[in-house]
Amino acid sequence: MTRIIVVTSGKGGVGKTTTSAAIAMGFAQKGHKTAVIDFDVGLRNLDLIMGCERRVVYDIVNVIFGEATLNQALIRDKHCEQLYILPASQTRDKDALSQEGVGQILEELAAKDFEYVVCDSPAGIEKGAHLAMYFADDAFVVTNPEVASVRDSDRMLGILSSKSRRAEQGLEPIKEYLLLTRYSPERVRIGEMLSVADVQDILSLHLLGVIPESKSVLTASNSGMPVILDEKSDAGQAYADIVARYLGEDIPHRFIEEKKGIFGKFFGSK
Amino acid sequence: MSLLDYFKITKANSTATIAKERLQILVAHERSFKNQPSYLPQLQKELLQVIQKYVNVEQDAISVNFEQDEHQETLEVNIVLPEKSR
Ligand SMILES: Nc1ncnc2c1ncn2[C@@H]1O[C@H](COP(=O)(O)OP(=O)(O)O)[C@@H](O)[C@H]1O
Ligand SMILES: [Mg+2]
Repeated sequence: MTRIIVVTSGKGGVGKTTTSAAIAMGFAQKGHKTAVIDFDVGLRNLDLIMGCERRVVYDIVNVIFGEATLNQALIRDKHCEQLYILPASQTRDKDALSQEGVGQILEELAAKDFEYVVCDSPAGIEKGAHLAMYFADDAFVVTNPEVASVRDSDRMLGILSSKSRRAEQGLEPIKEYLLLTRYSPERVRIGEMLSVADVQDILSLHLLGVIPESKSVLTASNSGMPVILDEKSDAGQAYADIVARYLGEDIPHRFIEEKKGIFGKFFGSK
Repeated sequence: MSLLDYFKITKANSTATIAKERLQILVAHERSFKNQPSYLPQLQKELLQVIQKYVNVEQDAISVNFEQDEHQETLEVNIVLPEKSR
């Protein structure tokens, strides 16, 4: 059985591609055959974050147009042999994707025994974003603790529940999970940032995990390694927790409270 | 006043609190449009065309609202006529 996960948000720049790369690597590291697809046609970036940009020959549009086979276009990850990347096209315009074409690719991945397919959605609610979520079984709604991001996530939830394959065919709805990213407990404490509880109050979503604002995300992207491979980093650990939690492990939430340094002890951070 | 009280006070009127209140209002408002039928904008446009055949009204003279509760769905059409037409 293949499980299709869309990583979505509505808003741009909140961490969808970072998340897609990290969780796809996480599933693969746990031994699950996984594909991660970049739906951001015209603005491909997943290849860079995964560190395979120099190995891109064919892309998703080539496959849809029959210019390459899926096997030719899939790039096997250099760190983990269970992981494959399907890049977006850099040159075509976003209307090159079609529902039928995407559906066929997903069917073929299922036939190849992929267990997880992670769809990295572009920002917005247009074609690319629509096709990224249309076939999904699960949605990871990536949200920053910030007004515009929360609003856009809510909008996206409405679309997931009305415009997806599952909605149109009257099947069990897409399972929606909240991933709160770029979180800063320090700023929450001083009242500068919405807290996890605030965002949950508004979106009423099941919290899969909180990813702290972390320098390690930039350094990981600099070197083309999904941040989950940086096992010492807070963001890497947060993504590892999320993968494990999604796969059914019972793992307590971390990174919601401030790290207890001297300052924390001094004030007895409660 | 202890340090803890100080934090409590700043929390009540912090920008995060303002953000939350604004979001709660906005999201509730936007969700009420979610189940709106997709033909509404077109309906509004065509109604306006018909009315303009008889009365000289502005674009924003007409509003169409769809509401839904457990029992019924209502379509409320509001047309504001210009002063002179009386
Ligand atoms: N947890 C984080 N901490 C710090 N920076 C982050 C974090 N997550 C994402 N970023 C940064 O935010 C920017 C946008 O991330 P990206 O994953 O490309 O977002 P999206 O795909 O939603 O547009 C990137 O520069 C990335 O390095
Ligand atoms: Mg992206």
